[in-house]
Amino acid sequence: MLEIRNLAKSFGGVKATNDVTLDFPDSTLTAVIGPNGAGKSTFFNLITGALKPDSGEVLLDGVDLAGRSPPEIVRRGIGRAFQVASIFKSLTVQETMLAAVSADQRSSAVLHKRFPLPETRDRAEHVMELLGLAGKRNRTAATLSHGDQKLLDIALALVLEPKVLLLDEPTAGMGPEERWRMIDKVRELWDTQKITVVFIEHDMDIVFKIAPKIVVLCYGRILATGAPDEIRNNSAVIEAYLGTEHAGAAA
Amino acid sequence: MTELEAGRARTLLPVRGGAMLLRYRDVMIALIAFAVLASLPLFTGSKALLDFVIRCSAYGLFATSLNLLVGYTGLTSFGHGMFFGLGAYSFGLIMQKLSVPIPVAFVATLAITAVIAAGIGAICVRLKEIYFAFVTLAFQMLIHSTILSWASFTGGDQGLRGGIPRPAFFGVDLANHVHLYIASCALLVLGLLAMRQIAQSPFGYTLRMIRDNAARASFLGIDVWRAKLTVFVLAALFASMGGMVMALFVSGAYPEFAYWTISGEGIFINMLGGVSTFLGPMVGTVLLLLLNDTVTRFTEYHGIVLGVVILFFALGLRKGLLDFVADWFSHRRDAGEGR
Repeated sequence: MLEIRNLAKSFGGVKATNDVTLDFPDSTLTAVIGPNGAGKSTFFNLITGALKPDSGEVLLDGVDLAGRSPPEIVRRGIGRAFQVASIFKSLTVQETMLAAVSADQRSSAVLHKRFPLPETRDRAEHVMELLGLAGKRNRTAATLSHGDQKLLDIALALVLEPKVLLLDEPTAGMGPEERWRMIDKVRELWDTQKITVVFIEHDMDIVFKIAPKIVVLCYGRILATGAPDEIRNNSAVIEAYLGTEHAGAAA
Repeated sequence: MTELEAGRARTLLPVRGGAMLLRYRDVMIALIAFAVLASLPLFTGSKALLDFVIRCSAYGLFATSLNLLVGYTGLTSFGHGMFFGLGAYSFGLIMQKLSVPIPVAFVATLAITAVIAAGIGAICVRLKEIYFAFVTLAFQMLIHSTILSWASFTGGDQGLRGGIPRPAFFGVDLANHVHLYIASCALLVLGLLAMRQIAQSPFGYTLRMIRDNAARASFLGIDVWRAKLTVFVLAALFASMGGMVMALFVSGAYPEFAYWTISGEGIFINMLGGVSTFLGPMVGTVLLLLLNDTVTRFTEYHGIVLGVVILFFALGLRKGLLDFVADWFSHRRDAGEGR
């Protein structure tokens, strides 16, 4: 279970994350929504160690990870994919997966054996199959389509077998059809892998359709949390999204 | 050419189940290359040719080790030559002052290099891109001026004079020209084989990940700083080996071995030969030394000629010679497969 306790981060005078307390129970799927600048990505950066929180706790199964380095937090079981696909452009899909498994098995500093190590194959193979990248295994990452690069980014997080998977806008920059394919994939991963998934999404249709639980962030604060129906009818959320500018701050 | 065919075979071979095979293939290529080089004295009495190969060994080890940093890790060091100079000087000094057997001095020099490289690397690899380049350059100048000003120990601007004693060991007499030649070839082939192993190991792929996207690598649980420091020290060891070959060859060590121009030549060689293939720097080494030797024979303005050549590679081909060949092969292969 991932528990966020009073997490806060300011940049200058701007409170990008302001006293956020949230629970993500095991094997849940949660969407994080909010207008631009609501602090969604900052929230992810604080959890994964890309940014150090000013105060607060990030508890994974009771262990506080706040302020630790990204490698350490990844090893504890929080994986993430990025808004702009963050991949290794000169490696092939297969090499990327094998190298990531090597990193997870702590064999990324092995000098005396040849890459890839036999014990990394099964996991790499499994995740490539899972995300439908097996047929493109020998393609160099840079030559993949935008959608496949996003999938590869997710595969990189998933191949580490995380307890919690954070997806920063898995559908960013995709056309409508591709969006649905991607989000079905995310839902399918959540169904089959039994991991905790938290994703940021802008498209309300997608969010209301697939997320059992939704968190609305606005100006660094939690505006509302709940099931899709509750969120849809929440007056503060309607106000924030309909654009009365300071609704979020007032709430 | 063996290298070219080998490069093509690698790309054609399926990745699955080929790891052991590829290692044996590299060892086979190394053995054949060594056999060819070692039998050269049987066919030619040309001392100049053997000298050329010895110099290629020294510079080839140095340039290939620089490629571990530049090509594989994306660390562009402008001061890598300091370890070439360090290797030459510490080996020369140990032999002159302590009169130990050559293998002992060899190992001791590697140990000294490792310690110094770890210290310098610990400071440098935290820095990014241009800052890394310039701080390595600064350390190079520091070592160079230490050599110049500590004249009582290093001989100052005169270098280590009086020759380096080369006592025979295990029946190898490095004072003998052919023995020195064979030993240089052996060091070159062994060094290349070891560096090839590093490049193709899981660690080698960690380096590639860091080069492509260091932030992402750290989100996979990789300690980027430690990996960079490790490769910095490993590369220094092979550069130091190159310096030792050079010291044995000229039977001395000179401040120029530690000057920044050596680092510059290393970068130049990598640009000539290319950094995207393992043997690119080796090809670059042969090209540069050939150019140097022929051009200086015809004109004293050899700097201009070399400059024009590097402009041709940098602006014309936009890559090194072996990069160019490798691209051509992969295009042809892709076209053949109809992709």
